[in-house]
Amino acid sequence: MFRSLWQYRHFIFSSIRGELRGRFARSRLGALWFILHPLAQSLIFSIVLAEVMRARMPNSDSTAAYPIYLLSGMAAWGLFSEILNRSIGIFIEQASAMKKIAFPRLCLPVIILGSAIINHVLLLAAIMIIFLFFGHLPGLAWLYLVPGMLLISAMAFGIGVFLGVLNVFVRDVAQFMSVFMQLWFWFTPIVYLRNVVPQQFQWLLALNPMTPLVGLYQDALLLNQGPQWTSLLPTFLVGGLAVLLSFTVFRRASPELVDAL
Amino acid sequence: MSVVLDVSHVGKSYATYRSNLQRFANWFGASIAPQSEFWANRDVSFQVKQGEAVALIGQNGAGKSTLLKMITGTVRPTVGSITVNGRVSAILELGLGFNPEFTGRQNIYQAGGLMGFSQQELTALMPSIEEFAEIGEFFDEPTRIYSSGMQARLAFALATAKCPDILIVDEVLSVGDSYFQHKSFDRIRQFKAQGASIILVTHSMGDVRALSDRVVLLDKGTILKDGRPDEVVDYYNAMVFEKENAKLAIRQRRETHGWAVTMSGDKRAALVSMKIRDAVTAEELKAVRVNQLIDIQSEIKIMEPIHRLVVGHMVKDRTGHVVWGTNTWHTKQVLTGLEAGQSVLVTFRMLCNLGPGSYGVTYNLVSTDTRAEDNYDSCDNYVVFDVINLDRPIFVGTTWLDAKITTEVIGK
Repeated sequence: MFRSLWQYRHFIFSSIRGELRGRFARSRLGALWFILHPLAQSLIFSIVLAEVMRARMPNSDSTAAYPIYLLSGMAAWGLFSEILNRSIGIFIEQASAMKKIAFPRLCLPVIILGSAIINHVLLLAAIMIIFLFFGHLPGLAWLYLVPGMLLISAMAFGIGVFLGVLNVFVRDVAQFMSVFMQLWFWFTPIVYLRNVVPQQFQWLLALNPMTPLVGLYQDALLLNQGPQWTSLLPTFLVGGLAVLLSFTVFRRASPELVDAL
Repeated sequence: MSVVLDVSHVGKSYATYRSNLQRFANWFGASIAPQSEFWANRDVSFQVKQGEAVALIGQNGAGKSTLLKMITGTVRPTVGSITVNGRVSAILELGLGFNPEFTGRQNIYQAGGLMGFSQQELTALMPSIEEFAEIGEFFDEPTRIYSSGMQARLAFALATAKCPDILIVDEVLSVGDSYFQHKSFDRIRQFKAQGASIILVTHSMGDVRALSDRVVLLDKGTILKDGRPDEVVDYYNAMVFEKENAKLAIRQRRETHGWAVTMSGDKRAALVSMKIRDAVTAEELKAVRVNQLIDIQSEIKIMEPIHRLVVGHMVKDRTGHVVWGTNTWHTKQVLTGLEAGQSVLVTFRMLCNLGPGSYGVTYNLVSTDTRAEDNYDSCDNYVVFDVINLDRPIFVGTTWLDAKITTEVIGK
């Protein structure tokens, strides 16, 4: 499975290039759009919630604290949801190619993974510049984003490919997930702070494997702090399991995949 | 010659489960039988030798495409095995994997990568692809501005950039202008000459005869006939126009003179005899001179009352190409209100402007301009005759065009 991916690496790279180019082709602001979207969203939340949230920020002396917090969480969530959402639909999207050309199908989600990560890195670079405007200098804790990114990608890829395979047979999966992802977003402390949630609901946040990952981004970008590795342990497990599960299901379902398309 | 493709007892079933949970459970070791199965192919076996060109024909839903996909490797057979010795290049659809924002050149890298070529290989092949596609400066323009014909050229150039061991072509040659079609055909013939095997799916019987050495006829997922092109194609034509229940009425044999004779029809009217005669002396002919005036005379017996009778003839050459053909529907000489017991004598008088060679005469006794509605009696190559060139200058081809040649030397 992995050797054939390696043989098709040129195709994967060229497809990732194509994805990026396709996204920015023929639009006036081109590359700016992918930054403007999360930025605009963060701006809206900042305006609406700034007063409510500021008092509760850990270093509430800075007016920029909440926007920074928000942007960090948004970036982490954005990577997660992009990989997941696109992996769910990819096999159906590429049905005609899968039916008529013999190539390793795993290339398709890998291309998504690659282009999402590149997008994410570009977004982080843009965020860094924005933080400079706020007078918030990036610290060494940015390096913690690398393992964070890998964990988020692994989890999103695992869940995405698993659901993507199921979605070929049961198309409701994608529909259900588009609703579920919104719910998941609000059950993750991105817009709000973890400590505003009432005690009796804290266990929900603790169960959510995205909580520590989003927290990792927020701690690193806002407080310049490393993560608490022990809190990441369940996430490690969930991510690893998701990847394992997706590979197994992908393998087993592979012969029937094209039949159902 | 070595066998490059061995398809052995291959079957493909598409399973439907009562619930998809059962399907999912099967991936994890459960063995739940599906609710229903649809067999797209069943017990298909054939071999293709090196350098052989095989055409797959059959009506829609006969299982041609599924079979091709299994040979290509995108679909896995449920039972049986497919052994391929060598590199397979499949053109199942032109332009797959192209990104419209990419230029032609970039798309060659993109779609070529998808087909399994390495970057270096594609760079090496690039000049020949560019040359073959003949799209000029558009090669470095984004493919979204291409016409569909240009896209097809580029895609075909890529798909055939390197001579494979087995080339699989699925009805894609119908795109593009006739110049490009010719070029594509030429390339396929070249590959064949270089020793590649060709597997072709087409509905154009002309392509079948022009390209293939062998034809496999599929029907309802199984092989109905496997043999020489003229034989199988005639059988197929007869089959297409037969109604379901009458399918068994097709009879076929290869006469001693080597022509496949295929008969079909419900015999409500039947041909009693067909003779080729000299139009002047009425003498029966086995060999006809180029440019001789001849009569093709048929005697038809009406067995049951029929409201319309159309008589058609077709003249085919040895490879099965139709040289000429028409019927009394087109000439507005339809006979109506015929009673059982009557006989009809039909004469086609014509100047035999054919080139030297052997020709077969096909007849169709039908009620309209095709065999689709009623087919009383039809037979391919019922009578075979030779055309010989006795009194004309030597010429080649199937048609005597009676050129008047003048020559003139200009200058000193």
